[in-house]
Amino acid sequence: MSARSNFGRAFVYGDDITTDALAPGAYMKKPVEEMASHCLEAIDPNFAKAVRAGDVVVGGENFGMGSSREQAAIALRQLGVNAVVAKSFAGLFFRNAVNVGLAPLVCAEADRIRPGDELSVEPVVGRIENLTTGEIYTCEPIPPHLLDMIRDGGLLPHLEKKLRKTAR
Amino acid sequence: MGLTLTQKIIARAAGVTSVAPGEIVTCRVDLAMMHDSGGPRRVGPMLERLGAKVWDPSKVVVIADHYVPAIDADSAAILDLTRKWVKAAGITRFHDMQGICHVVLPERGHLRPGLFAVGGDSHSPTAGAFGCFMFGVGATEMAGVLVTGAIWLRVPQEHSVRWDGRLTTGVVAKDMVLAMCRTISLNGIKYGVVEYAGEAIAALSMSERMVLTNMTAELGAQTGIIAPDRTTVAYLAEVGVDAPDAITWQSDADSTPFKRWAFDATSLEPQIAAPHSPANSAPAREHRGTAIDQCYIGACTGAKLSDLHMAAEILKGRKVAPGTRLLVAPASTRITAIAAADGTLATLAEAGAILLPSGCGACAGLGAGLLAENEVCLSSTARNFKGRMGAASALVYLGSPYSVAAAAVAGHIVDPRELLAEQAAA
Repeated sequence: MSARSNFGRAFVYGDDITTDALAPGAYMKKPVEEMASHCLEAIDPNFAKAVRAGDVVVGGENFGMGSSREQAAIALRQLGVNAVVAKSFAGLFFRNAVNVGLAPLVCAEADRIRPGDELSVEPVVGRIENLTTGEIYTCEPIPPHLLDMIRDGGLLPHLEKKLRKTAR
Repeated sequence: MGLTLTQKIIARAAGVTSVAPGEIVTCRVDLAMMHDSGGPRRVGPMLERLGAKVWDPSKVVVIADHYVPAIDADSAAILDLTRKWVKAAGITRFHDMQGICHVVLPERGHLRPGLFAVGGDSHSPTAGAFGCFMFGVGATEMAGVLVTGAIWLRVPQEHSVRWDGRLTTGVVAKDMVLAMCRTISLNGIKYGVVEYAGEAIAALSMSERMVLTNMTAELGAQTGIIAPDRTTVAYLAEVGVDAPDAITWQSDADSTPFKRWAFDATSLEPQIAAPHSPANSAPAREHRGTAIDQCYIGACTGAKLSDLHMAAEILKGRKVAPGTRLLVAPASTRITAIAAADGTLATLAEAGAILLPSGCGACAGLGAGLLAENEVCLSSTARNFKGRMGAASALVYLGSPYSVAAAAVAGHIVDPRELLAEQAAA
């Protein structure tokens, strides 16, 4: 779950990473496993094969630009990515990421992270330790009204919990 | 201090008298729109998991426009599921293969000024042309809306975009928005809201205003909006919407935007955005001579009736150049019917255009008209991101329907005013 601390290697990309690259339209009608195997192939054909559970995707400005398709965030989750670190996010992607349990971390120092750096990420406190360089980065705090949702693992488990409470 | 139009809509939906930018509020949703791709097939299983029903089926509109018509077993199954779910959920406002959601919504009278709406598609800001506050959400967020009837929102910062002067012949809303993408950038609005105003905006038809609010998504905005005026009221009357309060939805004179942007319509030239970004735009003449394999007139952005009329104006008495193909996918079946009746379709067909079904099609990387490796396309759609319309190595340029039709005739990019001037002289 995205609320947990996370340890993995950095996959670093630039500004304006699109939802078309993250979840290509041609595979949107396919099962999530198949769709995810094409994640980012337009800009890095090796990504889906190389990425392992716990790895972290790092972007520049406006990460997740474009479509409302939350499969862009789901594809990353499917591949084991629990956190994306970027200088900024497209607003729609940010909401989708939180909703599906992927932590979107806004970090002004995202550009200090190099491909392959080993990162330890604590989403809720917004702290990233670069184990390769020894640097510590501070992320913008997750808005307080979203913390419960992040802790619950996304909007659906959050709603499930709330509905159970109401039913009681 | 007064409120902006957006703040008034949000405050009303949140049940409060006033809101300020940055404030987190929960709003009641007046209208939730979803399509066959992000809709029933995604939200259905989520509602089942929650053991919940749609909070108010009368507030939901479902439009099948992505996988239409079915081209294989997968897309046929998606459409079948959509139809069955809509029936079981008791949703009566269902438009099956009648056109693209953002065009069908106003055309079928679902929009009125002051509405607080969400759409399961990133081009949902289109509805802002009708004075609605409508923004795109993902499927999980939509499931949340369907269960609770509400959604959280951070009140967006207000960006005022003013267009002074008047557009000249051959220059249209698409050129305005491509110029804005360059100046403002794809991240420039940072999830704020854009309110458009000025002489050039007031002069635009509803169909042209929709191009601006549609591509406000490309400016990194949550949404865009245009205050209702006589043009809006006339459109609403035409589609049978009774909205006596329409004109009252205005920003207060003493409301203050976060940022002001100013543009001049009079000096604007036709614009072309080069691969792979709508922000990569320049005057069309700078791309003159770029050979084009496929010209595409389609999508919510660029295949409304006015767009087809622009194409026909260029194509009348001319032919598509050998070695180039022109594909036209009218944005709705109603548009197709009008274009058939007024002779537009005949003009396009005589010129050699290939007519495609009404739907999102190649713009969304689906259906007919996808591109092969290294092919070059000029498209009237909203996005030319790498890999979106087919092969990752394909090069997609964006332009107005005038520019796309002109390139189809020339076989390469030209300033469409060259062809319009020849028509005028003939």
